[in-house]
Amino acid sequence: MNDNSCKGNGGGAPRSLIVKDLVKEYVPGKPVLRGISFEVSGCTTVAIIGPSGTGKSTLLRCINRLIDPTRGSIDVAGHEMTHLSGGELRRARQQVGMVFQEFNLVERLTVIENVLCGRLGSVPVWRAWLRRYPQADIDRAFELIEQVGLADFATARADALSGGQRQRVGIARAVMQSPSIIMADEPTSSLDPKTSVEIMGLLNEFSRARGIPILINIHDVNLAKRFADRIIGMARGSVVFDGPPDELADEHLKDIYGGEGWLQ
Amino acid sequence: MSAHAAKRPFRPNWGARAGWVLLGIYCLYAVGTLEITWPRFLIGLDNGARFLSEMVPPNFQRWKLLLEGLFETMQIAVIASAFGVALSLPIGLAAARNLMPAWATWPARAVIAVCRSFHPVIFAILFVKAVGFGPLAGILTLIFASIGFIGKLFAEAIEEISLKPVEACRAAGAPFMSLLLYAVLPQVLNRFIGFATYQFDANMRNSTMVGIVGAGGIGGTLFSAFQRFDYDILAAILLSIIALIMCSEYVATRVKAVFND
Repeated sequence: MNDNSCKGNGGGAPRSLIVKDLVKEYVPGKPVLRGISFEVSGCTTVAIIGPSGTGKSTLLRCINRLIDPTRGSIDVAGHEMTHLSGGELRRARQQVGMVFQEFNLVERLTVIENVLCGRLGSVPVWRAWLRRYPQADIDRAFELIEQVGLADFATARADALSGGQRQRVGIARAVMQSPSIIMADEPTSSLDPKTSVEIMGLLNEFSRARGIPILINIHDVNLAKRFADRIIGMARGSVVFDGPPDELADEHLKDIYGGEGWLQ
Repeated sequence: MSAHAAKRPFRPNWGARAGWVLLGIYCLYAVGTLEITWPRFLIGLDNGARFLSEMVPPNFQRWKLLLEGLFETMQIAVIASAFGVALSLPIGLAAARNLMPAWATWPARAVIAVCRSFHPVIFAILFVKAVGFGPLAGILTLIFASIGFIGKLFAEAIEEISLKPVEACRAAGAPFMSLLLYAVLPQVLNRFIGFATYQFDANMRNSTMVGIVGAGGIGGTLFSAFQRFDYDILAAILLSIIALIMCSEYVATRVKAVFND
C-alpha cells in the first residue's frame, strides 16, 4: 500500500525488529525454525504466509519469548530479547503488542477492562488489584475503544460481543501497550471474509498512524497481497520468499505450499 | 448377517455387563455374611418405634443450654470456613499443574492429600488430644477438612481454565500476580464462591458432630442426652440442628446470588 500516510515516530526509540539466525527445536535435533533472519522497521505491514505447521506461530511467540528460542538473536527496538528474564523481560514484552487468532480476551471482564489489560505490564500490581489505573491510561483506553468503533460497548462484557468486535478489542488491547511493534497471529482466521478485511484495514491504520511495523501471520494469500507492503513466505521452517507482494508469483506459492492444483 | 452385525450403531459392552452382574452377586454375598435377616429387621423396627415415641413431645425446657451449643456450633463453622477457604486459595493455586511448576504442585498436592485422607472425626480426636477439649479443636478439625476438600476443587477449577487470556496477559508483560487477578480469577470466581458456600454448609453440619468427641459445639450436648436416655431433649436438639442447617443453606444461597452474574 502507499507509504505516504506513514506518520513515523518523530525521532523516538527505533521502532524496529531484527531477527537473526533464529532456531527453535522443541525436540533436540528436530528444528521447527531453521535459521530465520529478517529485519522490519517503520510503518511496514509484513505478512508471513506459509502452510500450517511450518512454524509461523512459533516464530511470533519466540519474538516476545512466550516460547524460548533455541538459538539466534531477536532485537526489538534496541533490546536483545533472548537474554532477558524476570522484570526486564516483562518490560521488553510491553514493546510487543500481540493480537491472537482466537482473540484471547477475558470473557467475563468488560471491554474496557480487557483493553486495560494491555497496561498490566506497566501498572504496579497494587493498582491493577484495586483497579486504580492512572487517569491517563483510562482516558486512552476509552479513546482506543472509540477508534476501533466500539464506543457503545465499552462497559459490555467481552462474551457479549461478536467475533469481529472481539478482535477489535484484541487490537485495542495490543495498541494500549504503546508497543514498538505489533504482531498478529492469524488475526482473521476465525472471522468471515468481510470482517477479515475490516480487521486487516484496522491493523494497517494503526501501523500508519503510529509508525509501527506490523507482523501478521496469515493463511489468506489474497488478503496478504492486498494489505501487506512485504510478504515473507515460510516453508519447512525456513524463509523461502521475502519481497513485495507483486513479486510473489505462482512458482513461489508452489514452493511455499507445495502442489499446484489449488492455484486456480 | 455378519454385515449387519458390523453396522450395529450401539455395540454391546460386555465388560460393563459383566461388571454389573458381579456387583449384584457380591451384594447378595455381603448381605449373607453380615447376617442381615428379616426377623432382625422386624425387631429393629419395633425398637425404632419405641425410640421415636419417647422423642415426642420434644423437650425445649433447657433452651438456654441448647442455644449456647448452637451458637458455639455456628461460630466453629464460620471461623473454620473463613480460615479454611483463605488457606485453600494459595494451596489450591499452588497445586494447579497448568500454572505452577512441579516443585510447587507436589508439596501442595501432598498437603491436600493428607487433609483428605482422614474423616473429620479422626481429625477431631487428634486435635482434642493435642489442644484439649473445646471449640479450638473443632475449629482446627474443620479447617483441615476444608483444605482437603475445597483445596482440591480450587486446584481442579484452575486447571480447567482457558489459557488463552493468560497467554495474552503474559504477552502484555503482566507480572504473575496481575495475571492471576485478570486472566485467572474472572474465570474461576463463580465456581470458587460455589465451593466456598458448599463447604460452609458442610462445615455447619460437621461442626454439630465434632462435639461428640469433645471438640465443642452442640454435639457434646447431643451425645450426653443420648447417654442419659433423654430422648425428648434429644429430639429438641435434632430439631434445632435441622433449623440451623436450613438457615445456613438459605444464607449460602443468598451469598451465591450476590456474586453470580
